[in-house]
Amino acid sequence: MLRKSIIGRKVGMSQIFDEEGKAVPVTIIEAGPCYVVQKKTLERDGYAALQVGFQDVREDRLSKPKGGHFKKDKVKPLRFLKEMRLDEAELNNYNVGEEIKVDIFNPGESVNVQGISKGKGYAGSIKKDGAHRGPKTHGSRYHRGPGSLGAVAAARVFKGRKLPGRMGGERVTVQNLQVVKVDSDNNLLLVRGAVPGPRKGLLIIKDSLQ
Amino acid sequence: MNIIKMVEQGYLKKDIPNFRSGDTVRVHVKVVEGGRERTQLFEGTVIRRRGSGLNETFTVRRVTHGVGVERTFPVHSPRLAKIEVMRKGRVRRARLYYLRQRVGKAARIRERK
Repeated sequence: MLRKSIIGRKVGMSQIFDEEGKAVPVTIIEAGPCYVVQKKTLERDGYAALQVGFQDVREDRLSKPKGGHFKKDKVKPLRFLKEMRLDEAELNNYNVGEEIKVDIFNPGESVNVQGISKGKGYAGSIKKDGAHRGPKTHGSRYHRGPGSLGAVAAARVFKGRKLPGRMGGERVTVQNLQVVKVDSDNNLLLVRGAVPGPRKGLLIIKDSLQ
Repeated sequence: MNIIKMVEQGYLKKDIPNFRSGDTVRVHVKVVEGGRERTQLFEGTVIRRRGSGLNETFTVRRVTHGVGVERTFPVHSPRLAKIEVMRKGRVRRARLYYLRQRVGKAARIRERK
């Protein structure tokens, strides 16, 4: 089954009031319109999927191979391409060039939002893994370190040990966010709560599995 | 940022009176009690007004029975039926936190013409 999916960009956060007058924190997402660029078939590609593009782009901004890819099926050039898996039989329900808009979602539904989280750089174990800090004073001499690396007899450090390193800048999925409002005139989707990534970050929105 | 403003536009109230820190206001708050809705009044001095757009809030302080009470309202909340400006006050700062340390005569605010 094809899950309802769309590609979007994070615009930013705000709050709106619901019918009860309560303030609801929302993330505004500019979602779609997306266009079906190519159908991947079991026979040719080994799996069935729709290749979907988002955001218009000037043709001369694309590489030649990419430009040709759009030209072949007379689809307008798009900046981002993503694939959505589905059953082979469902491919017939879609045509190349078909538009996918935000109105596939309705207020009240829940969605999963996927994005690339903000990069935090080289972070220590307190920020990265949620470790507790040591005392600041009283001669502790142990402030923000990762603590013991393990037992002596092991004579090595086990894999998965929480140590400082790169944090953020990875793909994160936030599940079950409530759709608060859909504005199909302006291609806007308002979901309750926060989504990964910076403003203008690329997002993939799918209906929830639960 | 413009898209955010556009989204907020539909929720902004247009009938907000001009008021600022130091003014005395009477806030008509809609409260739901046992399925029934009625309006409650809260009158006091505005000691802070912060934020912008839909996110704007103001804090009203009043002293009742010797106890200081401060309530913060979103300016554009649909729960506020009305904001009445009772008196304009002349103050020299935007955040009147110093009023918390003062009672009685010392907590007076001069009127602004």
